[in-house]
Amino acid sequence: MKHGALMHEPEDDVAVVVADTPAGTEIQAVTLDGKEVTTVKASQDIPLGHKIAVRDVAVGKDVIKYGRPIGRASAEIRKGSHVHTHNLKSKRWA
Amino acid sequence: MANEMKLTGYRRENGQVGVRNYVAIIPVDDISNSAVEGVGHLIRDTLPLPHPYGRLQFGEDLDLHFRTLIGTGRNANIAAAIVIGIEPKWTQKIVDGIAETGKPVAGFSIERYGDLKTIEMAARKAKEFVQYAGELQRVPIKWGDIIMSAKCGESDTTLGLASNPAIGRLLERFVAQGGSAIFGETSETTGGEDVIADSAINDTVRKEFVKVFQDYQDFIMGTGADLFGSQPTEGNIRGGLSTIEEKAMGNIQKKGRNKLTSVLQPAEEPKGPGMHFMDSSSAAAEMVTLCAAGGSVLHFFTTGQGNIIGNPIIPVMKITANPLTIATMSEHVDVDLSAMLRLEMNLEQAADAVMDVMAHTINGRLTAAEALKHNEFVLTKLYRSA
Repeated sequence: MKHGALMHEPEDDVAVVVADTPAGTEIQAVTLDGKEVTTVKASQDIPLGHKIAVRDVAVGKDVIKYGRPIGRASAEIRKGSHVHTHNLKSKRWA
Repeated sequence: MANEMKLTGYRRENGQVGVRNYVAIIPVDDISNSAVEGVGHLIRDTLPLPHPYGRLQFGEDLDLHFRTLIGTGRNANIAAAIVIGIEPKWTQKIVDGIAETGKPVAGFSIERYGDLKTIEMAARKAKEFVQYAGELQRVPIKWGDIIMSAKCGESDTTLGLASNPAIGRLLERFVAQGGSAIFGETSETTGGEDVIADSAINDTVRKEFVKVFQDYQDFIMGTGADLFGSQPTEGNIRGGLSTIEEKAMGNIQKKGRNKLTSVLQPAEEPKGPGMHFMDSSSAAAEMVTLCAAGGSVLHFFTTGQGNIIGNPIIPVMKITANPLTIATMSEHVDVDLSAMLRLEMNLEQAADAVMDVMAHTINGRLTAAEALKHNEFVLTKLYRSA
């Protein structure tokens, strides 16, 4: 396994790490058909199945996964950072 | 692969096909559970289904109660059924609903007899029924003859990446063979509801789906509650899912590229082949109980963090791609798809792997949940009783 994270669509802002990924690790993010999209260095520890940002997302902007918004950035998101409930909020039921 | 599978099942009086062969003992209401379990203790190979409801319910909630219990008895995995209630009228209503299938069914009511006499009468009938059921033979069946269902639980990001698309691919093959499949989880389409609506076979079905979806949204908004922690659940959040939109997009992969054929009420049976959306909760045991009452005889349950649910009348197959769950909870897992995350298994191969275990399960191999006696029979209650 060469890749460290999987992406649904090349234009997604986030990738899912496929193993626990310690801060400082450089990983390859690839699509499900194995095409490399980018290489990214984890700036924090990211647990298996959690998301890593593959590009910066400004506060208030949509976060894209599956090629669609899955919520908006509630804090500044930098490439390499852990994206979860602390910086990504639903746009529904709110 | 679908044509190579040699499948067997039980063809019932009305032509429906089951993959298990139970004699169910169904209580109409909570206070009849003791009698139901009494019969279960006395007669081998009976399946008592105790539950906590059935008194003072009314309106739509009562309709659902009846539909669920009748549907459970009608399910093609049930060879014959005993119904026990406190009084005769509601008991008979359930007996009549099951009897339409042509399978053996008998009702007993406790008032004017007491538990002990009722248990004796019901046990004598149950003995006849297990002797009858024991002689029924498995016969060759076609895959498309059965009704199946799918729902995920303790979801995480691995579902959207791997196990749900694999089930989606499998259900595309199944529907192409003339099969009838049920999915649902109304709240859990939030953020992907347009994808489901756009897949409707016609505008009527589309409008039905949009109405069911919007009714649930209105209900949620009407409570004024914050669903975060409930939907997505704390387990989902621990597994890396951050929002309902993200969870929904993973959830709906189970449909594959199938068209949405119809929208079903909870516990309603599909009227024909295709992919059917059942208005339902995402709570695992409730939803699988509703699918079984709607006629499903086999359930695909994809999980990320490790939901352990089973059902007494239908086999629940557990499928996961999460390597941590496989390492720590292997006794609950029927199909390991973790190779998909390593990109060592593609979607077609994953669907093949699930179909292989499915064929064994249809033919009688117990699922992990069956072997572990996970018999969650959980009725959906819509509102408080009178």
